[in-house]
Amino acid sequence: MYSAKVMDHFTNPRNVGEIPDADGIGTEGNPTCGDVMQIFIKVEDNRIVDAKFKTFGCGAAIAVSSMITELVKGKTLEEALAMSKETVANELGGLPAQKMHCSNLGADALRKAIEDYKSKNE
Amino acid sequence: MMKCYFDHVATNPLDTRVLDAMMPYLKDDFGNPLSIYEPGSKAKEAIENARGQVASLINSKPSEIIFTSSGAEANNFALRGIALARQNEGKHIIVSRMEHHSILNSARFLEKMGFAVTFLPVDKHGMVDPDVVKKSITKETTLISIIHASSEIGTIEPIEEISEIAKEKKIIFHTDAVAAAGNIPINIKELGADLLSMAAHQFYGPKGAGALYVREGLRIVPLIYGGIQENGRRAGTENVPAIVGMGKAAELAKEEMNARIEHVRTLRDRLIKGVSSVENIYLTGHPDNRLPGHASFCVEFIEGEAMLLLLAAKGIYAASGSACSSKALKASPVLLAMGIPSGLAQGSIVFTLGKDNSGDDIEYLIAEFPQVIKRLREISPYAKGWGIKGEGGECIVQK
Repeated sequence: MYSAKVMDHFTNPRNVGEIPDADGIGTEGNPTCGDVMQIFIKVEDNRIVDAKFKTFGCGAAIAVSSMITELVKGKTLEEALAMSKETVANELGGLPAQKMHCSNLGADALRKAIEDYKSKNE
Repeated sequence: MMKCYFDHVATNPLDTRVLDAMMPYLKDDFGNPLSIYEPGSKAKEAIENARGQVASLINSKPSEIIFTSSGAEANNFALRGIALARQNEGKHIIVSRMEHHSILNSARFLEKMGFAVTFLPVDKHGMVDPDVVKKSITKETTLISIIHASSEIGTIEPIEEISEIAKEKKIIFHTDAVAAAGNIPINIKELGADLLSMAAHQFYGPKGAGALYVREGLRIVPLIYGGIQENGRRAGTENVPAIVGMGKAAELAKEEMNARIEHVRTLRDRLIKGVSSVENIYLTGHPDNRLPGHASFCVEFIEGEAMLLLLAAKGIYAASGSACSSKALKASPVLLAMGIPSGLAQGSIVFTLGKDNSGDDIEYLIAEFPQVIKRLREISPYAKGWGIKGEGGECIVQK
């Protein structure tokens, strides 16, 4: 059902946790649907220097969270905002069609975390 | 690595004694039961023998057993067959919210055909209240269908009481006994149902074989038209090996019923006790009045599919009613009908035990399962409570 890469990121998720003094926090999803993703970012000079996550959800949701926090580190805010659901799914070697929308919340959660950072630093 | 199969409501392994009984009909004895020469009559005899074995499992007459391809077919047949046969007397049917999809979706089909359907509520243990059944009956009601035992939560419904009510009002009563038949004793005379569905693979028989008990003299419209097989009530050349297997499995289930029940109940109780030390885990379904091998839970703050995958990585195979683990991406309607909040319903996990499970299997599960829960809670934002509200709003489900 899942690619080897999805299973790897699900069974050994990277960057699990919270950043106590995060510069931006973004939450996406709804427990009613089964998946909620929370992303914490640390920003220096317009660049994401650290990212962590907490996720309630299925194997795909956890793998997506792990992958996006890996991908985003070192990226400028503009580069990070350019990442889409497809970017994350492709990096994971694909996601089952029915998981593409409900569990692939990483890009949206990240966008919210960046918006949160921007609203605090205006 | 240990392999522990705890998903006996999904399906059971084929008993080797059943396979041995089937083998001749997969190889040499291939005749069509309708043929008049010897290979045909041999197959015909084998089917009638199996019919007797299945009838004996529920204490019915052999002539009251109609073989089908599955439990789902038996359910479709019962609902449509009776609703259509009696449509001149009324067009209202009653089912519960505990039913399997093969009942629910047949009921919805009948709704589209112009029938009125009442979907009965259940209490927090998934029990249908016979008084509510009584109050839902109208002059138009021709059929009531209530599941015998729930595969999702194990709860056994008050079938005898409901069938009494139906009898008083001269309404036909069907019960979906797919999860119950072969696993707990059923005496159709005491149960009082007019129709009852079964599936062979739920009691160590093959897949592709089911049966519908239809009380003698009851008129039913066929689901499949064609030849005169099954007395003209279910056409199609019989699946002889599968039917023979169902018969043998029924015979063994009857012989070994008490020992099997004792075995799985002991293991089940140990499992529930062993798992209950974990915080924020809730048994779903009725605490006592449940299938003997059935242990189902909701684990708070984590999701079922993730649990299934981590357990499977340890060789433990179970089931879940969470939205993510279903192809429909909806949390189990059964859990929601019992009033379980949708977030908690995502943490559904179901362990169903069988005759071949051992005490070691249970000890292994009790050792590994809490670790899986701990690991997922470390990842979950909710581990300290349901405080965080997502902002996604509604579920986006695209097929």
